[in-house]
Amino acid sequence: MSALLDVRNLHTEFRTGAGVVRAVDGVSYTVDPGETVAIVGESGSGKSVGAMSILRLIPDPPGRITEGQILFAGRDLVGLSPDEMRKVRGGEIGMVFQEPMTSLNPVLTIGRQITETLEQHRGADRATADRRAVELLSLVGISDPERRLRQYPHQLSGGMRQRIMIAVALTCEPKLIIADEPTTALDVTIQAQILELMAELTRRLNVALVIITHNLGVVARYAQRVNVMYAGRLVESGPAAAVYGDPRHPYTMALLRSVPRLDKPRQARLDPVDGQPPDLMRLDGGCAFRPRCRFAIAVCATSRPALEPAGTAGHMSACFRRDEIAAAPVAA
Amino acid sequence: MTGAAVAARPLLEVRGLHMHFPISEGVLLRRQIGEVKAIDGVDFSVQRGETLGLVGESGCGKTTTGRCILQLEKPTAGSIFYDGVDINTLSRPEMLALRRRIQVIFQDPYSSLNPRMKVGDIIGEPIKVHGLVPDAGKRIARVRELLSVCGLDPSFADRYPHEMSGGQRQRVGIARALALEPEFIVCDEAVSALDVSIQAQVINLLEDLRERFGLTYLFIAHDLSVVRHLCQRVAVMYLGRVVELADCDELFDNPMHPYTRALLAAVPVPDPAIEAGRAFQPVRGEVPSPINPPSGCVFHPRCTMAVESCRQARPELRELRPGHWVACSQVN
Repeated sequence: MSALLDVRNLHTEFRTGAGVVRAVDGVSYTVDPGETVAIVGESGSGKSVGAMSILRLIPDPPGRITEGQILFAGRDLVGLSPDEMRKVRGGEIGMVFQEPMTSLNPVLTIGRQITETLEQHRGADRATADRRAVELLSLVGISDPERRLRQYPHQLSGGMRQRIMIAVALTCEPKLIIADEPTTALDVTIQAQILELMAELTRRLNVALVIITHNLGVVARYAQRVNVMYAGRLVESGPAAAVYGDPRHPYTMALLRSVPRLDKPRQARLDPVDGQPPDLMRLDGGCAFRPRCRFAIAVCATSRPALEPAGTAGHMSACFRRDEIAAAPVAA
Repeated sequence: MTGAAVAARPLLEVRGLHMHFPISEGVLLRRQIGEVKAIDGVDFSVQRGETLGLVGESGCGKTTTGRCILQLEKPTAGSIFYDGVDINTLSRPEMLALRRRIQVIFQDPYSSLNPRMKVGDIIGEPIKVHGLVPDAGKRIARVRELLSVCGLDPSFADRYPHEMSGGQRQRVGIARALALEPEFIVCDEAVSALDVSIQAQVINLLEDLRERFGLTYLFIAHDLSVVRHLCQRVAVMYLGRVVELADCDELFDNPMHPYTRALLAAVPVPDPAIEAGRAFQPVRGEVPSPINPPSGCVFHPRCTMAVESCRQARPELRELRPGHWVACSQVN
């Protein structure tokens, strides 16, 4: 089976007054049809910029894709014209963002935001579009859809708005949905509802999902595969069970160790990741995680480790000591 | 309420607290058309040296409760006793003295620090205002000491907030709260905005400070795993009311209120193996409007256990096990 999305050696830079920031610095990964892949990382790791690059939504200037390919269903999105790209966005690729209030148009009714997409992408007439809009709202679990279609975004709750965003994303029967922190702004019980809805719909409609999040629990519950990002690069990648059960990068290990967990007995004290997040302007030729790493050795200061196979099939780590650290993951 | 069970006088006691915000309409002839019942009858107490967690989703009234304790809101009914004294009866000078003893740490270190002030001035200002250290030179020394207590290099005193990372800024917020040597600190989502790798560092710092200075915390948060790690007792709020209150371990090991159970079930744990085996049904519906809360038990529209009587009578907190209080008529 060939991949639906094949990101190859993607580089995205921002030129700022203070220098060049390599927000995405040589990232490669694939997403199969119908698969859910999580991109995990903290602020500034490049996870959102990477996703925005796929959608070609990086403001230029200051941002630019400087290198790499984004093959989607066999076509390289990097080479597409703005017009062609507009057909892909909202057409074959749906989008769900963190803050539904800012990504829905406040002066258009809910119905209009859905029918506009249908008219633009499908050339549907008004009546057909209206029928489809009602259908979509029922699909995402909104009761009384006819009435909701006439309402404006501000009249709905945050959870309701995120359901609308999902309906808009599904409008043109996409093959892929990119969801950037889709539930971060929502309450715990609503977050659970929205995630269950997305999981159920992507499974039923065979839509692939790239979910960008910082929440390790969400990843564990919903993703088949995980890509961990740090300072613009993938540092670990693999099936969720392997990455969580047998982490092979010190950053992943440290993250998993540092979070308080409801499923484990209370610890006397948390074991945090040491140090501060990296300054992307001041990266040297070594591993970016080195200053915070408990496993760092001399070679880590002089060259940056590539993402290479570690452990089971499909599991990759960008650490020189990926095989050694597996032996004593918690001891250090 | 808990007074009978505990011999020592609580440091803080909240009795029958109500905070109803008026909603008015009209420009010239403003008239009140309703009210938001942000807090609708809340009782709890906090012992000296203890950390009480206040959890719940947006709009449950947890932040407003904190604001009433900080005297940033004047409650519409009920009273708050601090160290045995009703704070409503205090004169202005007494109030000023009390404000020194109660401090706050806010969620967002980006918006709660003045961007035009140097870190040293941010921390030094309350010391100056309250006349604690009138001598400027000694004040600088005190600021440097506070920075180092909070794990920052004293040279940070000369920096501006924008020159620091989110975690460092939150440490400045904590140093400012400590500047007046308070006894009681309201931590309002104090670690929620921080990246995962930094969150554990700040949680450990808060615990160290509690021990070192004998502090008492009211820890307001929505993240249940963090609350479980940090608190001795936990109160769960829903729509302006406390629905469950118990010792931390008791609450998490043996949650009794249907809402607490739903909240706990909604939190995914960072382990795909556990998540794969977990049957999970998100709680239905959304939090109703506090303008027009449901009759009887405010949770009944979303509750799987609700019976007819739940629509009629408001359940009061009952002590079902020693120290474990539940506001639900259907559990025993």
